[in-house]
Amino acid sequence: MNIRQGDPIPELRVTPDRYLPHRYAGASGDFNPIHIDPEFAKQVGLPSTILHGLYTMALVARANLAVAGGDPSALKRLSVQFRGMGLPEKEIVVRGTVREASGAGVVIDTEAEQDGTRIVRNAVAELAG
Amino acid sequence: MAGEASLVGKSYEPFEYEVGREKIREYAHVVGETNPVHFDAHAAHGAGFRAVVAPPMFAVVYSAGAVAPAMLDPAVGMNFAMIVHGGQEFAWSELVYAGDTITTTASVQDISVRGTMTFYVFESVSVNQDGLEVARGSWTNIERGG
Repeated sequence: MNIRQGDPIPELRVTPDRYLPHRYAGASGDFNPIHIDPEFAKQVGLPSTILHGLYTMALVARANLAVAGGDPSALKRLSVQFRGMGLPEKEIVVRGTVREASGAGVVIDTEAEQDGTRIVRNAVAELAG
Repeated sequence: MAGEASLVGKSYEPFEYEVGREKIREYAHVVGETNPVHFDAHAAHGAGFRAVVAPPMFAVVYSAGAVAPAMLDPAVGMNFAMIVHGGQEFAWSELVYAGDTITTTASVQDISVRGTMTFYVFESVSVNQDGLEVARGSWTNIERGG
């Protein structure tokens, strides 16, 4: 990997459509109604159905894997904190900066932002060297 | 209400998951993966993999069945109306392929109170049919209120 400390990783921009949480529910098995039922979501005080945090984390994983050319064996560790909530039909931007790069591996600080809110914070990815 | 600190270390029944190729393809499509090794056996073989490869975050799919009973354990006592998914970590070892059988064991890693919030942290350890670790997860749920 030709990457150095301080380098930004390529931005990943994704706008999930309104039915994305339904498809993610089917793929993951998480059918919590806050993700798929707009009336239920409003009853519990949410503006609409919200994205699954683990879907947003999958976008963070993709953005970091892209640094390794998408090789699925490259990602060794990823930790994230979820803050705020991700919504369908609004663009998500994943950004990252290389904290360390050596023969032992690459550590990347990452976050995901939507509409000015950082919905994933303090994400740290470790890629194999 | 916070569960008992003595629950830390409690582990739950292992959960077995057979990884299907179409499930990998479904998952990979939904999260926007484009690498053909997640979709096509020929592409996977061509890249040196023995079968279609699961994306790393597919760990959610094969480990959820182990973690859910831990989170729902009445002895832990999470109040789901007040719970948010606060954080998540995975550490990956061996890759997971279509046709693998993954066995995941969940346990209570930590329960701690900070101010008005209670942090419930669960660990999941997943191994493949050869007994090799594929992923280790740490699932943090935050309960608001006293």
